[in-house]
Amino acid sequence: MKSLPERVMFTMGDIAAAEGALSAGCRYFGGYPITPATEIAEWMARRMPELRGAYVQYEDEIASITSVIGASWTGTKAMTATSGPGVSLMLEAIGLAVMTETPLVLVNIMRGGPSTGQPTRGQQGDIMQAKWGSHGDYQIIGLTPASVQEMFDQTVQAFNLAEKYRTPVFVLADETVGHMREKLVIPDEKDIKLVNRKQPTVDPSEYLPFKADDDLVPPMAVFGSKYQFYATGLTHDERGYPSDKENIQIDLITRLNDKILKNADDIIDLEKYQLDDAKIAVIAYGTPSRSARRAIAIAREEGIKAGLLRLKTVWPFPEEAVAELATEVDHIIVAEQNMGQIYHMVRSAGAPTPITLMRKPAGMPQLPEEIVQKIKEIDSQ
Amino acid sequence: MDTLTSSEKHFALQYLREEALPSPFCPGCGNGITVNAFLKAVKDLGHEDLSGFAFVSGIGCGAWIPSPHFKGDTLHTTHGRAIAFATGLKVARPELKVVVISGDGDLAAIGGNHLIHAARRNIDMTVICSNNFIYGMTGGQVAPTTFTGDRTTTSPYGNPERPFDLARLVAAAGASYVARWTTAHPNQASRAIKKALQTKGFSFVEILSQCPTAYGRRTKAGDAVDMIQWFKSLPIRKRDEEAGYCVPTKQAHDLGEFVDREDTEFTEALKAMVRKVE
Ligand code: SF4
Repeated sequence: MKSLPERVMFTMGDIAAAEGALSAGCRYFGGYPITPATEIAEWMARRMPELRGAYVQYEDEIASITSVIGASWTGTKAMTATSGPGVSLMLEAIGLAVMTETPLVLVNIMRGGPSTGQPTRGQQGDIMQAKWGSHGDYQIIGLTPASVQEMFDQTVQAFNLAEKYRTPVFVLADETVGHMREKLVIPDEKDIKLVNRKQPTVDPSEYLPFKADDDLVPPMAVFGSKYQFYATGLTHDERGYPSDKENIQIDLITRLNDKILKNADDIIDLEKYQLDDAKIAVIAYGTPSRSARRAIAIAREEGIKAGLLRLKTVWPFPEEAVAELATEVDHIIVAEQNMGQIYHMVRSAGAPTPITLMRKPAGMPQLPEEIVQKIKEIDSQ
Repeated sequence: MDTLTSSEKHFALQYLREEALPSPFCPGCGNGITVNAFLKAVKDLGHEDLSGFAFVSGIGCGAWIPSPHFKGDTLHTTHGRAIAFATGLKVARPELKVVVISGDGDLAAIGGNHLIHAARRNIDMTVICSNNFIYGMTGGQVAPTTFTGDRTTTSPYGNPERPFDLARLVAAAGASYVARWTTAHPNQASRAIKKALQTKGFSFVEILSQCPTAYGRRTKAGDAVDMIQWFKSLPIRKRDEEAGYCVPTKQAHDLGEFVDREDTEFTEALKAMVRKVE
């Protein structure tokens, strides 16, 4: 098959995420309609059959995510997309995907919550939910795109990380990013770097489905191959068999956490803007980071040394980078479209440097002028 | 005569992970009979091993029938969702023979919605429901299959609710093949499973199964032998008898085939759609 040439579209973030998934090789989408993520399902329903993939609309979000896990076990790259209420229903299955080390991508187009909240207004209220929502101790990967182009690029990245680390990956986009329209450049197919999960190479008689390599990730056989194995949400040994032994639980849970934490440098993606000589740093992600960038340009024009640390990934949390930043600046501002979630992580990494939260649990992000004003206030102290 | 336990080394062992045995079931539990009935059907269909099969189960005693004991690809999932996982497996890899084995609580209470929707789609998979009329693993709580009046730990004054007739429910939802047998009818059950595995479409075999530990003790239904006697007394449907509607009672829970029909299968419909788009 000849590779698809570069294409340019003027489109919305939701559709860019869907195209990113298709470019990453996603060929299964389990869906359920929900505002403001429905456009992803609609796009996939149209595009999947063209690429010999499958779109199935399920009876609820629990079925969509669990079918995605089932599809992933056949070696197919699989995903779903939803919003807060849907994620709430999917959380148990996310835990199973973590425990069975199943690669998958979940795009959460975040709307106002809690509960039904404001379905058509954006918010960043599900950041902690992505990390802590399912029961037990686990790590997650969470990407936070801020533009239509990043919806594409980071959905590709999400699949690559899911495959590489055998883990569910969240794309956490606020509704504004999901619904805004911008130029999208889909690169020539051959220029898109793809990662596929490791396959076992040992003799089937020696295959231990949950024995990890040095990178802490076990190779993954597909259902229906010569490797027969067993996967369970119960605590299991390297053979995959359930165990209630303490050491097996400790070893498994430690490895599942460490495979993300010890590879954090490879996963974390940050953008530094005007930080070199900054005295005041803003930390933001998603839509508020766009306001923050503008605010910093304005502050600089007025001679204030301000800069931006934009988080393109929130999980695993970039603790070292924030700690380092805290030693370089006099003050950190965290601007989030919620009541303060990543703020708590910044506080624990950045103390004792003063940290100010600009919170806003509503659809309109902090405006550039509001952030400028806060920067000035701090600068004049 | 073809019996389930005649050979020197038990025929089922070739399909089982011996290192995962013994099974976790209580003495006298019906689930072992369902294991045998299933594997006998597999053997009768000429499968030397379980390659090509994919087993999915949920949570509860019945979910331990395939997992981890069947020497094949098995996914032991979250409570109630086995059929949804299995749908993803089947759609992504239609050449797999997908089988879900689980209990009544898992498939028909928490998982009831997935059960009827999979039957509606007529997706090619076999679902075997070990129905013990109660939540066994958690010690005997009322289930959507518990008979009216039964006393359980959470219906201490007698169950005020009516039970589901699972076979009729799944038949009405659109399945291609539906049968109900009991652990007292292992050969009929095995033949029904064989037919189910050969069906191109959604097939459902309900196996009424004795649970002496929870159901027997809580509802005073007696020990395993008493329950097998009870199962033997259940009426058997006549071929082509109208299914109709009835609320199951202990005396009138009819056995046999409820549906055996051909209709468009879901993964085939998806393939046809792809051909149309291309
Ligand atoms: S509780 Fe009942 S169903 Fe569960 S293993 Fe024991 S006898 Fe069988």
